[in-house]
Amino acid sequence: MNSILNAENLAIIFAGLTCFSLLLYAVLDGYDLGIGICLPMNNLEWRDTSIAAIGPFWDANETWLVLSIGLLLVAFPAAHSAILYSLYIPATLMLVGLILRGVAFDFRAKVKQDYQAYWDWAFKIGSIIATFTQGFMLGLYIMGLEYTLLSTTFAIFSGFCVSAGYALIGNCFLIMKTSGELQLRAIKQAKRYGTITFAGILTVCLVNPIVNPAVKEIWLNSPYAIFYAIVPLLCFAMFGLGYQVLKRLPMVNDKGNWLPFVITTIVFVSCFSGLALSFYPYVVPGEMTLYEAASSPESLKVMLIGAVIVVPIIFIYTAFTYYAFRGKAEGLRYY
Amino acid sequence: MLDVLLLSRLQFAANISFHILFPTITIALGWLLFYFKVRFDLSKHPVWMRAYRFWVKVFALTFALGVVSGITMSFQFGTNWPGFMETVGNIAGPLLAYEVLTAFFLEATMLGIMLFGISRVPNWMHTLATFLVAFGTTMSAFWILVLNSWMQTPAGFELREGVVHATDWFAIIFNPSFPYRFTHMLMASALTVCFLVAGLSAYRIYRGDSKKAPRLTLKTALFSAALLAPTQAFIGDLHGLNTLEHQPQKVAAMEGVWETSTQVPLLLFAIPDEETRSNQFEIGIPYAASFILTHDINGEIKGLNEFEGAHPPVKPLFYGFRLMVGLGMLMIIIAWWCSFSLKRHKKLSRLQLGVLISMTFSGWIATLAGWYVTEIGRQPYLVSGVLKTADAVTTIASENVLFTFILYLSLYIVLLLAYIKTLFLLARKSISVEEYDLTVPGRPDIKGQVNSKHSAIGSSL
Repeated sequence: MNSILNAENLAIIFAGLTCFSLLLYAVLDGYDLGIGICLPMNNLEWRDTSIAAIGPFWDANETWLVLSIGLLLVAFPAAHSAILYSLYIPATLMLVGLILRGVAFDFRAKVKQDYQAYWDWAFKIGSIIATFTQGFMLGLYIMGLEYTLLSTTFAIFSGFCVSAGYALIGNCFLIMKTSGELQLRAIKQAKRYGTITFAGILTVCLVNPIVNPAVKEIWLNSPYAIFYAIVPLLCFAMFGLGYQVLKRLPMVNDKGNWLPFVITTIVFVSCFSGLALSFYPYVVPGEMTLYEAASSPESLKVMLIGAVIVVPIIFIYTAFTYYAFRGKAEGLRYY
Repeated sequence: MLDVLLLSRLQFAANISFHILFPTITIALGWLLFYFKVRFDLSKHPVWMRAYRFWVKVFALTFALGVVSGITMSFQFGTNWPGFMETVGNIAGPLLAYEVLTAFFLEATMLGIMLFGISRVPNWMHTLATFLVAFGTTMSAFWILVLNSWMQTPAGFELREGVVHATDWFAIIFNPSFPYRFTHMLMASALTVCFLVAGLSAYRIYRGDSKKAPRLTLKTALFSAALLAPTQAFIGDLHGLNTLEHQPQKVAAMEGVWETSTQVPLLLFAIPDEETRSNQFEIGIPYAASFILTHDINGEIKGLNEFEGAHPPVKPLFYGFRLMVGLGMLMIIIAWWCSFSLKRHKKLSRLQLGVLISMTFSGWIATLAGWYVTEIGRQPYLVSGVLKTADAVTTIASENVLFTFILYLSLYIVLLLAYIKTLFLLARKSISVEEYDLTVPGRPDIKGQVNSKHSAIGSSL
């Protein structure tokens, strides 16, 4: 047991857990935030339905961010300080966005008519701020966490890409959860944001190897380059497939309404894996590997025991809530 | 330019003060909701559902504010206090991880079922979800208070090359001050909720709500407060004795004892002066402090002179402690006074309702005052005897911290005002709703049973 759970393997396990949790966050809170970004401010009924669609889930979705940042903090404390040190201002703005978004959920339900429009704006603006800053931070991370003209420009570009990606997955979620006019709107918007996301990812794929020689080395000259090629191929294939599916929606009996969401999730997974492959084994690009940043093996073991027992349970009850709230959101009433 | 240590401390204080307001409510309110739900399940009387439905809205709003304000903390540990995790990360890390794993996911997921699920899941499962949410909030309090208490009275570790390593997890979790602090905090939460529920219920009655639900919740809250407020005084005393044993400098500052002495008076009022290291305008009860702390009027209390240069600032502890204890005493008096009237006359006077309304958020003030005493009382250390606060702070430019501090502070002020306003708005709106909503989704079986038991329970309220 001890030989398997040595410091190196523990660092890998926790890096995997952190990445997994961050990926789940991007998918899950991604659709919440995307729905916030696209909130139709001219139609109250649509807003109510859109928000009801994520009502039972958003809180648990946001918890994956707490877990990712928590894991980074407790398993790789040096990396947590180093990364967030550089991202201090955008991270704070993101938190302000998340705060606005999160409280607007509940305030809007309580104050009906009186101030609801204000809180709906807070919800939308909060979602936009949180998403854009997440994209900005991702971009800056890719560029080595330095504020130069080039890297800031790239980070801003990345902010738009992530916004488009979240808007895409948000609309895909709405396609599953709504019907009628609102569903048609979601399909239309999914097409639009899908195109923008595609253009964005393509640009990043072309630009990243040019500005980061290390990344180019991994993707073109490593012995595994052939296997790595699966990742972008899968990603672009999904865009093609997704476009075909969206063109045919809505179908009779609402068949296939879940397809766009699954396809977009695969896009998210492949983009995320692509990034993870580009940076492994570094946790702070070019500066600190995950082995250097890891906490002491004793503490990691204590946490691993908890994670091994609890994470499957979390999955079971999360799956149960999704099952309990399956189907369209129109019938969901805040109670 | 302000220095980054002071700004980081102010920012963290603002964040954690704002944050603690909401868990303080949700911990106990979760259990109260579970109580309402169980009473409803047992009696099927709709008044319990009415109480549940009103307070679950308050719970949801409070919970959301607690969640979002808590996230900022997990960022600030790294950004503003990198020395904290570098030095004690091997202990703080697993404790925080266990909080997220065993509490956050549970409460966040079950909250969805609790708020939206009544027509989607069987009734027993909805009751179970309510229980799990309450359990989750309490687990969260458990882990975070383990960590906080460990920072106050560290145990079960060894220092190797300046880094803390865990040697005994049982000793870490059940460190000397933990049982007292945890109980004291749970009781603080219960009292805060008692006065919140009593205050808002009184507000509804004051504004002419003649339905049963507010009368029922007022009674539940007041009788609980009458029982819990004196119990809290007793637990607080035990906690104080525990602090005297492990952190005597904190108690010396709380009591304003500058020189070690016997027959120490209990100061009701004074103005401590750090310059002259003495008090001005002392008004005290002779021998009382010695008696309370050592159970002997001749008992010796260590003064601040024994900890010169390494004791916390005296003023905030001295005043904070008096504010907390004063509010606690006021709570006992008001709870007993109103409970007595309620028992005797079955209703409260306008004056009593007014007093309860003004006490709505008194639990918050007492809780904050208590936390200021215990947290400032740990200074100059972040982890007693192990890590000084000044050694853990970041090197981020102070302008940046000033910017984020102002940003957080203005946001918090707006949200706090909105929260209080919304609670009273909710109370006002509930005045005009029907006595019972019989269109409870998915529960048509309840309708038939309402009228039969209606009068029986109604008369006992």
